Amino acid sequence: MSPSRRNQRPADPQVAAIVEAAQSTAFTRRNLMRWGIGAGVVGAAGLGTAGCAPPKPPAGGINSLKLPKDLSAEQKIVNWANWTAYLDFDEKTKSYPTLNEFYKRTGIKVSYSEDIEDNDAYYAKIAPQLRAGQSIDRDLFVFTDWMAARVIRDRLCQPMQLINMPNVAKNMLDPLRMVSFDPGRNESITWQSGFAGIGYNRKKVGREIKSLDDLWTDDLKGKITVLSEFRDTIGIVMQSQGVDITSDWGKSEFEKAVAFVEEKIKQGYIRKVKGNSYMEDLTSGNAWAGITWSGDIFILAADTKDPNWEFVIPESGGTLWSDNFMVPITSQHRANATKMMDFYYEPAIAAQVAAYVNYVCPVKGAQAEMEKIDPELAASWLIFPTAEFIKEKNIQGFRVLTPDEDTEYSDMWSKRVMGN
Amino acid sequence: MSALAAHTPTPAPAGGDEFHTRRNGKMAFLLMLPGLLWLGLFFVLPLYQLFEVSLQSRYPGYPGYYYRDLNFHNYAQALTDYAPHFARSFGYAGLATFFAFVLAYPLAYAMAFKAGKWRGLMMICVIAPFFTSFILRTFAWSQILADEGFVVRFLNFFHLLPSEHIINTPVAVIAGLTYNFLPFMVLPIYASLERADARVIEAGGDLYANGFTTFRTVTLPMSMPGVLAGTLLTFIPAAGDFVNMELLGPQRGKMVGNVINDQFLTVPGGYPIAAALSFTLMAAILILVFLYVRRFGTEELV
Repeated sequence: MSPSRRNQRPADPQVAAIVEAAQSTAFTRRNLMRWGIGAGVVGAAGLGTAGCAPPKPPAGGINSLKLPKDLSAEQKIVNWANWTAYLDFDEKTKSYPTLNEFYKRTGIKVSYSEDIEDNDAYYAKIAPQLRAGQSIDRDLFVFTDWMAARVIRDRLCQPMQLINMPNVAKNMLDPLRMVSFDPGRNESITWQSGFAGIGYNRKKVGREIKSLDDLWTDDLKGKITVLSEFRDTIGIVMQSQGVDITSDWGKSEFEKAVAFVEEKIKQGYIRKVKGNSYMEDLTSGNAWAGITWSGDIFILAADTKDPNWEFVIPESGGTLWSDNFMVPITSQHRANATKMMDFYYEPAIAAQVAAYVNYVCPVKGAQAEMEKIDPELAASWLIFPTAEFIKEKNIQGFRVLTPDEDTEYSDMWSKRVMGN
Repeated sequence: MSALAAHTPTPAPAGGDEFHTRRNGKMAFLLMLPGLLWLGLFFVLPLYQLFEVSLQSRYPGYPGYYYRDLNFHNYAQALTDYAPHFARSFGYAGLATFFAFVLAYPLAYAMAFKAGKWRGLMMICVIAPFFTSFILRTFAWSQILADEGFVVRFLNFFHLLPSEHIINTPVAVIAGLTYNFLPFMVLPIYASLERADARVIEAGGDLYANGFTTFRTVTLPMSMPGVLAGTLLTFIPAAGDFVNMELLGPQRGKMVGNVINDQFLTVPGGYPIAAALSFTLMAAILILVFLYVRRFGTEELV
């Protein structure tokens, strides 16, 4: 993106602040070019040869993209892979009301599965199949910004048909239209945004938690869970160590934060480092507090019928991220998926989802619709945060990592925290 | 096994001509072919692929990409960085095998000799867990043993737990491994006890041996093939398991299976190390099993 376009901030200062925070998380187009765009795994099979200078990775790019035949007209289905607790769910009928509504209107049946526990794990599961051009039996998946950038770079998704998505075109929050990893949203559409901070049960903990340091007390020993998504856990720890995570920090800052987490595991404060399944530990009482995602805590409160669950942004700050719809390169139901994404950009539908998931809603006009559902939620900072709030609470996006940093830090995280 | 059996040529009739023997050889080969193809396609080929990956190098600057190489450093790194994990895997698997044996032998013995009309029911109880998924059963244990579950609350009420929780401790992992592989221990032991000739055991009594001596010198040796098969069927999968550690284990002190899982899934460019770890694990198990069978082996397995 050119600097002049970068300065074109949306008129609404509220969304401008969100975009500022969100943009730092993703790749810029220029960086993308510098790193080169590759597709396919080098040397996946075949006879081994002696070591020599590495050959050039194969060049990919939009020109080499071959889209599969679209069977949407004959097969009225969409297979959607999403994260847990990420869509409105009716306990009584055991079904998803908005999906039922979509079926009623279009006759398209959505097969919804909570496949994604963790960006890395899901990517590692599907990427080899997609690179080999095989179907993964999914027509939509949802990835966080930094992983969405990797999927785009690896050319594992189909371009979006914005022309067939009038609601998206009209209602997507302006700042989200210009996210740096996908300006113009040709490859991805925002599903929800959210915060990482501290979630805890006030009754079980027995006191108010305001900062990260409040977690390291003897009565919470072994009762704390943190996220396996290191951009959130390390991000929050770095903020508590006084690092501006959007700035150009280096290895020593990252290492210091990893050492901190490692120390807290060793001392027995942190019991588990988990993906989305940390919700189970909070439900079963194995954990009472931890670094969590904002919306989950509200779903937990509803599921366990316990109003004592609370989510706070630590005094030193929290992180902000977005999750994005993408159509896998081998999907044969792109037109159906397009209809579904557009459906979720209707303000009334978006408000219905937001009222359940409690994540930051990416749809213009949803706040007005929310007034009709629940005026209290329409004023909630978790769904419709104001610019002052983001700034005041020091909510930031984790800065973009270069591919080499990504490898090095993932390795460090895996060795010292995940699998020690 | 069937492939081996098919390979055994039927004894040619005395004075049988060359034509017949050759035809039998061809027939045996044809019968073996499906098995050989299956092994080649689904065992040898993936194994070769894994071996090749274990020698690849990361492509500098392109995370998640590799180039073909003969990078034996992967093995050195896998061994030096993860030696404690190997030790833990074999230790936990060994303990689980021991406990499974202690639990399974009396059970199999009762089923074979004492159960009477209850034998069928006992058999169903041993096999029934197979009807639900392995992961679901382990997950169920993580719920049963949860901190606010009745088991832990009951034990804590009497102050019987040193750390006030069961889940996320090595004890829970070993218990999970024992539970999950118990049927693999029971069934082979039962099979060889059930086949044992009751008259031989009776003869022990006739020769003035007391119950224990008869068991030690007659029954136990007769069931050795089952014990050997059972211990192998328990130890081998338990050493490579990662599910029990993932669902029941602590955050620190993982097993090799978890590291392999982690390297494959979450580290961009972790494939070669994961493959090297898998290969090393396979080789280590092979050597251990070889030594074990050499020491305790019998003529036949089951």
